Amino acid sequence: MNIANSVQSDTWSVAGRTFTSRLIVGTGKYKDFAQNAAAVEASGAEIVTVAVRRVNISDPNQPVLMDYIDPKKITYLPNTAGCFTADDAIRTLRLAREAGGWDLVKLEVLGEAKTLYPDMRETLKATEVLAKEGFAPMVYCSDDPIAAKQLEEAGAVAIMPLGAPIGSGLGLQNQVMIRLIVEGASVPVLVDAGVGTASDASVAMELGCDGVLMNTAIAEAKDPILMARAMKLAVESGRMAYQAGRMQKRRYADPSSPLAGLI
Amino acid sequence: MDLKESIGIRVNGDPRRVSAGTTIAGMLGELGLDARKVAVERNREIVRRGGFEEVRVSEGDAFEIVHFVGGG
Repeated sequence: MNIANSVQSDTWSVAGRTFTSRLIVGTGKYKDFAQNAAAVEASGAEIVTVAVRRVNISDPNQPVLMDYIDPKKITYLPNTAGCFTADDAIRTLRLAREAGGWDLVKLEVLGEAKTLYPDMRETLKATEVLAKEGFAPMVYCSDDPIAAKQLEEAGAVAIMPLGAPIGSGLGLQNQVMIRLIVEGASVPVLVDAGVGTASDASVAMELGCDGVLMNTAIAEAKDPILMARAMKLAVESGRMAYQAGRMQKRRYADPSSPLAGLI
Repeated sequence: MDLKESIGIRVNGDPRRVSAGTTIAGMLGELGLDARKVAVERNREIVRRGGFEEVRVSEGDAFEIVHFVGGG
């Protein structure tokens, strides 16, 4: 098989939209909009998550995200970060749909501030309502394979389990669970939260995930733009390793040179 | 804006005054906001973008006006 062809033809689709990059990046915590835009470019991401917040009435002429990251070129994925109930999340996304005019959204309903762990009861409720209203919700969730199936039945267009708490950078603490979700899902699975460095992103992709979503790992790196590029390469190499199919593990050594013909 | 011909509303929780009889589009203009970049909720109901020119602002209306900001 031709290497160039097999790499270039590797796309993924969510809710009828096809993307080449499997890395989704957040737009929070950057020093300024210029650094944020440069990091997005270095990451090669085609989707960025954005938050929905009140406009600043007292200073309406402040620069805004859209001035730096063009929503015509990069898909804005509005999220509900900071929402702790289904009602708040639904209200936020109805506004987001009006602001942007698109229905692909990221649903995240949090259970508590300390762990930012998802509240799956509220998440499931919100997913059902949003799907009925014509939204295509990509859903942040716990690493529970049964809950993942329930979300899919409720209308989630992507399942996005956490690998570790949001902003923790601990890496994937639940590789077995993530793999079980991947095996059971018929919609894309993306690890959302927990990635700290490039190897973590590769691990997620080697488990067979369709993509990885991250923010803090890039934004809080000493050099966010360099880390953004590292993440792009890590996601790509993890994906290629998954497609290539890794060797079986052995408990003992197996020589790489032939045993026959030894002097 | 003449105070006699203005009405009191709430915008993002704060009291404001806008011209009596103005539309949503007019209110956004008075607030200095670009209508293409915001979404508007009036008394907890979404105002569709297509209705900005028609929907009139009434005394006591409570508005939420939001836009996209950086976030994870």
